[in-house]
Amino acid sequence: MAEAKDIQEEVQKLTAKDFVSDQDIRWCPGCGDYSILKQVQSVMPELGIPKEDIVFISGIGCSSRFPYYMNTFGMHSIHGRATAIASGLKAARPDLSVWLITGDGDSLSIGGNHLIHLLRRNFNLNILLFNNQIYGLTKGQYSPTSELGKKTKSTPMGSIDHPFNPLALCMGAESTFVARALDREPKHLRNILMRAEQHQGTSLVEIYQNCNIFNDGAFGGFTDKQVKKENSLYLEHGQPLVFGAKEDKGVILDGFEPRIVDLTSGEFAKEDLWIHDEKCRNKANILTRFFDDPSSENALPRPFGIFYQEDRFCYEEALYEQLDTVMKLKGAPNLDKLLAGSNTWEVE
Amino acid sequence: MTQVNKKLEQVTVLFAGDSGDGIQLTGTQFTTNTALYGNDLSTFPDFPAEIRAPLGTIAGVSGFQIHFGSVDIYTPGDLCDVLVVMNAAALKKNLSRLKERGTIILNTSGFDKRNLRLAGIEEGQNPLINHSLEGFKVHEFDITKLTRECLKESSLGAKDRDRCKNMFVLGFVYWMYNRKIDSSIDFLKTKFASKPDILEANVTVLKAGYHFADTCETFSNRFEVKPTKMPIGSYRNIIGNQATALGLIAAAHKSKLDLFYGGYPITPASDILHELAKHKNFGIKTFQAEDEIAGICAAIGASYGGDLACTASSGPGIALKGEALGLALMLEIPLVIVNVQRGGPSTGLPTKTEQSDLLQAVYGRNGEAPIPVIAAASPSDCFTMAYEACRIAIEHMTPVFLLTDGYIANGAEPWRYPKSSDLADIKLNFAKERSEEEGAYLAYKRDHKLVRQWAIPGTKGVEHRLGGLEKDKETGNVSYEPENHEYMVKIRAEKVARIADFIPKQELDSGSDESKLLVVGWGSTYGAIKTVVRELAREGVDVAHAHIKYIQPMPNNLGEILANFDKILIPEMNNGQLIKLIRDQYLVDAKPLNKIKGVPFEAREIKAGILNMLKQ
Repeated sequence: MAEAKDIQEEVQKLTAKDFVSDQDIRWCPGCGDYSILKQVQSVMPELGIPKEDIVFISGIGCSSRFPYYMNTFGMHSIHGRATAIASGLKAARPDLSVWLITGDGDSLSIGGNHLIHLLRRNFNLNILLFNNQIYGLTKGQYSPTSELGKKTKSTPMGSIDHPFNPLALCMGAESTFVARALDREPKHLRNILMRAEQHQGTSLVEIYQNCNIFNDGAFGGFTDKQVKKENSLYLEHGQPLVFGAKEDKGVILDGFEPRIVDLTSGEFAKEDLWIHDEKCRNKANILTRFFDDPSSENALPRPFGIFYQEDRFCYEEALYEQLDTVMKLKGAPNLDKLLAGSNTWEVE
Repeated sequence: MTQVNKKLEQVTVLFAGDSGDGIQLTGTQFTTNTALYGNDLSTFPDFPAEIRAPLGTIAGVSGFQIHFGSVDIYTPGDLCDVLVVMNAAALKKNLSRLKERGTIILNTSGFDKRNLRLAGIEEGQNPLINHSLEGFKVHEFDITKLTRECLKESSLGAKDRDRCKNMFVLGFVYWMYNRKIDSSIDFLKTKFASKPDILEANVTVLKAGYHFADTCETFSNRFEVKPTKMPIGSYRNIIGNQATALGLIAAAHKSKLDLFYGGYPITPASDILHELAKHKNFGIKTFQAEDEIAGICAAIGASYGGDLACTASSGPGIALKGEALGLALMLEIPLVIVNVQRGGPSTGLPTKTEQSDLLQAVYGRNGEAPIPVIAAASPSDCFTMAYEACRIAIEHMTPVFLLTDGYIANGAEPWRYPKSSDLADIKLNFAKERSEEEGAYLAYKRDHKLVRQWAIPGTKGVEHRLGGLEKDKETGNVSYEPENHEYMVKIRAEKVARIADFIPKQELDSGSDESKLLVVGWGSTYGAIKTVVRELAREGVDVAHAHIKYIQPMPNNLGEILANFDKILIPEMNNGQLIKLIRDQYLVDAKPLNKIKGVPFEAREIKAGILNMLKQ
């Protein structure tokens, strides 16, 4: 008991500084990654987890340098496979707090397969998907989330790839925690990170991250002061879907169709609106489809926050339960018996 | 009915029939019985890649060859003494494998018009009536009809009844070799414990086959193959993939580590996963991943967390794992990679055997990426070498390749199994907790073997970051320093080279320095080479045999051994791969002997190669 208390005391003393590694940060000045790193470092001490029990695992890409800057255990692995590596680590060590850092290329292009399988298996870990809608590390090719018609070095005539809607993909892959945040909304991001860690299962947090070198302003519609409130919808469980600079607009669900309504005309009051329920899969499915270009006419606002949260057993729980069951059934392992098998004979 | 027992020193029987005829089961049952009787034996199952290959055709023929004797047996036999065929296609495919004046046991119902047509036998060419089998001793019965007769009273449907006909054959052959049928009855009781009607039918037919052989007066005598004189000890029968799995389990158990297996099903490696999944009371975590890459990556994650981690596959799967292998090597964490080789390249020959992934194992990665490579020589040796792979991986903090192949992975032999207390200890080198006063942890500091510590998450004070980027030689932080990179490349190579100090010295399996020729083999060619070298010794031809099990690095004394011989022959089931390594490392003028037909060497082929070289 004394030991547990000691650990607790020590953990309580941790500050954001304790999570800063001795490595120089090599992201471009002005990169959205800095803000995310800062929020993660500041959230860590609040988790109540000893530093040595935290692991950051990343793939390849700008965002994947992240583990080098965290003074925890960390692995900068190979392109697209952090998901698979983290799965094995959680299977071996359910006691660890595992954070997976990935980008839109890493997780949705080269590592798309592993991402969907991780989500359905629901290992208890957190995925921070830095989406900047561009390939930064390879110097500016379009990514699987780049908009149609995107002109880049590899698409001088514009991209003809229809982009992914990442959160709709995650819902389709049986994800149990689906959220979206922004690099430029640090307070909101911190809250989401806390909720992600609290969730038992795979928490998928898509973070819109500005690449100021190759795709500057990609999310300007949701970050520029003048327009962001008109285009963004901040979700809160149990609260109506209200948005707009003066909180003058709401969303109702008309059958299966979301519709924007005016709250100033007197026709609709807040009570008439769609009330956000993060436990409702059907509504979450529709919410992830709020994916309009903010500059288009009658665009639905882009939601931020927790779209969906479901309590479902984690893979590692089931794995260890099976091991316990078979241990009870067959008894403790006996290597000599195993080596002998069921049919033996003696030569004397 | 009293018959004389005719004593035989060794016999090869080939069971062949349609994929659905239960040939593999018949073969494995006869194998278990033979092993329990005390014969030395070697088997070779040979089946089509298709699950339901077209019925009655040559492509659909499944075979199981067993060579057993009262003498030491090292191969499944070249030509067979007895050919059991359930249909015309099985006869057509395998007749050339039967010795002159050999015995054929034949199911006549498999030679009707339809079966003859499916086997591509033209009208009027029915071997049962065209006298083409006159040189052989043919025993023909309508096994299907006889089986149906026995099961007149059974409640089973017609299809299920007919499926029992393999038991008739098994009973028949048991009688021929003067065997008891108890082991198979025990097996059936376990297999069909919940299906009493199927159990009863199978036992009835098995007994009927046995008694039929006794009363049909087709044989003037029974045969007896006395037990083999084997070294004192406890024995069991073992299949290669099973042995590999047991080796992994034993190593985990001895080192007190949890075993993690990440893999994706692939022929002929899947049975390793199946076997491991059976023994979860050993705390084995089997993870059937979404693909080959995820299989090895999950294993890397588990190893990083402190489990003994393993993945297994075959050529195409190993190709997919290449990048992750490089990562494991950079991370310098333990990992065992089993390649149950099959015919390549690409999808190649999934159910056929080959040794053509050796160079892939040694060289098949980007960059300077040395990984230790070891190879098993026989089904039971898969146990020893899987254990060794784990030992090297853990004690030297490196991924290790274990090469087996389809032939030994599916083949069986008697195994003098070890006691757990006889197994070598495996030394663990986990990083210990550190206080701040002790200074920063140096994740890539090495000991005299050039091995770093296993610093797993959860260990206070040793938090560090690692990855696939080149690392500083001590801290493990990213380093682009030119000097550091060259140093790290050389140190990783030297670390693997030094493993040579921790493996057994190379020995001659047969012969001496005075022998006229040295045969150097690796992997599953062991049995065939040994058989030939012994046979030649009896004939007065002195030939030596060295079988290399540690291929990267090779044993320290291998060069000295090679230097003693003017003539070196290297038989391989590939287009010449070990020979490239040997010529490269030792500058000796070794000659190749290659077979790339998807089937193992026959002893006579190697014999011809040796005699030919001796003439030159």
